[in-house]
Amino acid sequence: MSVSVTVPSVSPTAANGNALHEKIAIRNLDFFYGENRALKNVNCSLYQGKVTAFIGPSGCGKSTLLRILNRMYDLYPNQRATGHVSLDDGDILAPSQDLNMLRAKVGMVFQKPTPFPMTIFENVAFGIRLYERLPKSEVAGRVQQALQRAALWEEVKDKLNANGLSLSGGQQQRLCIARTVAVRPEVILFDEPCSALDPISTAKIEELIDELKDDYTIAIVTHNMQQAARVSDFTAFMYLGELIEFDETPRMFTTPSDRRTQDYITGRFG
Amino acid sequence: MAGVVNHSLYARRRRRNFITMGLAFGATAFGLSWLVLILLVLLWQGFSGLSWAVFTEMTPPPGAAGGLLNPIIGSLIMTALAVVIGTPLGVLAGTYMAEYGRYAKLTVVVRFINDILLSAPSIVVGLFIYEIMVAQMGHFSGWAGAVSLAVIVVPVVVRTTEDMLTLVPDTLREAAASIGLPRSLMITKVAYRAARAGMITGVLLAVARISGETAPLLFTALNNQFWSTDLNAPLASLPVVIFQFALSPYKDWQNLAWTGALIITLAVLVLSITARILAAQRESS
Repeated sequence: MSVSVTVPSVSPTAANGNALHEKIAIRNLDFFYGENRALKNVNCSLYQGKVTAFIGPSGCGKSTLLRILNRMYDLYPNQRATGHVSLDDGDILAPSQDLNMLRAKVGMVFQKPTPFPMTIFENVAFGIRLYERLPKSEVAGRVQQALQRAALWEEVKDKLNANGLSLSGGQQQRLCIARTVAVRPEVILFDEPCSALDPISTAKIEELIDELKDDYTIAIVTHNMQQAARVSDFTAFMYLGELIEFDETPRMFTTPSDRRTQDYITGRFG
Repeated sequence: MAGVVNHSLYARRRRRNFITMGLAFGATAFGLSWLVLILLVLLWQGFSGLSWAVFTEMTPPPGAAGGLLNPIIGSLIMTALAVVIGTPLGVLAGTYMAEYGRYAKLTVVVRFINDILLSAPSIVVGLFIYEIMVAQMGHFSGWAGAVSLAVIVVPVVVRTTEDMLTLVPDTLREAAASIGLPRSLMITKVAYRAARAGMITGVLLAVARISGETAPLLFTALNNQFWSTDLNAPLASLPVVIFQFALSPYKDWQNLAWTGALIITLAVLVLSITARILAAQRESS
């Protein structure tokens, strides 16, 4: 099996000419579900302030890769990762890694909206109170900020005490983004955040991702190639557990270097 | 379209459907009719003896007037104690099984044993508590009664707690973990909240279950003809009084037994309806 992994063929000064800062570095990463090797020697980088999209057919390991970055797989038995994944200077895979602190830095938004069974206000305030002891008024301020950041404030400001589950699907997803943002993470992982949403809600979330990238490093898994092309600065194409190609999005979608990438993005398979 | 329909085949299927449906309806009606009959007799016999005296006077000697105050109070005390003892144990064990030890071998073992305990004849529970408490203390007591009821509460609560927590989707746990919530808070603040209605329903069902239990109390709390709230002494309870009075040859005792049975039935009915309403709320939320 010839695996030609294009390790970041990206020049350190890409896009708008600013130097890229590697926020998360993934090196020689393998992942196992029991005996089943789901990721094979993956190498990739997430750059500070950039959106990186992971595309590829179902079961190629995109979500698996994302769930390594906040060690979500640790919730389940018989799953393990080998290789190196670092966040700035910290080793994410180290057994001594404090998972709660890691997840405070690396937030996640899921495929299905998952508001907690509590009020809209509490959904957001909950995470804030977890890390900071603030007076009530300040918590309220932070909740408002987060909801504004998630472009939800105008829609919910008069019903903050309503149950989070009473919102529509798209609103719930933005509530989850607000919840994630409120904790003030450095990286946000989006795991197919729009696949359960209608086109209008999808457009809102995409807009949001575009705004958030100034302050956060973002990774997004998506099945929707147009979405990847629209929101991301970098794109990684994965296939059967391998990272086939990783490049700047415009180049990836115009002149991919690997045949399989080209076949996938032109819709010949997947 | 009509050309493909095989009419004899279709008619046969209709006939078979009709017969099966008839049998199902018949079986349901047969089963329900007994239940209705029991309830009607109970209401008829129980209501005729229902009066204020039932709730304000002690159990009488044969031939005298009286009520059921002491067994009602005794039942309330022992049921409450059993819930207070059994619920935390059950909730904690269920939490271990659904959250911490979901993939552990111990959970499989505990679940199996719990299922046995769940269907164990309650008289066995009574005998067990008789051996370890009554025989050791040298006398029957309210404590022993409460503990034997608690032994029946525990497996019910373990089961419903585990089931209800298992119904909480993993995505919610992942969401809790994703903002850095430690396991303990994930469980108490998120999972419990999502499963709350179901868990309360479990406790209510446990109460309904023990409020009619007679066998375990016969060997533990025994009975008491007089007013007593002393948990170190024999304590009256509704089921045991019903048992004793119903078997007696005295008409007025038998009438009181009917009234006691009605009170228990109504109490269980109220609990079940409450449990239903809570469960419905869980589904709608």
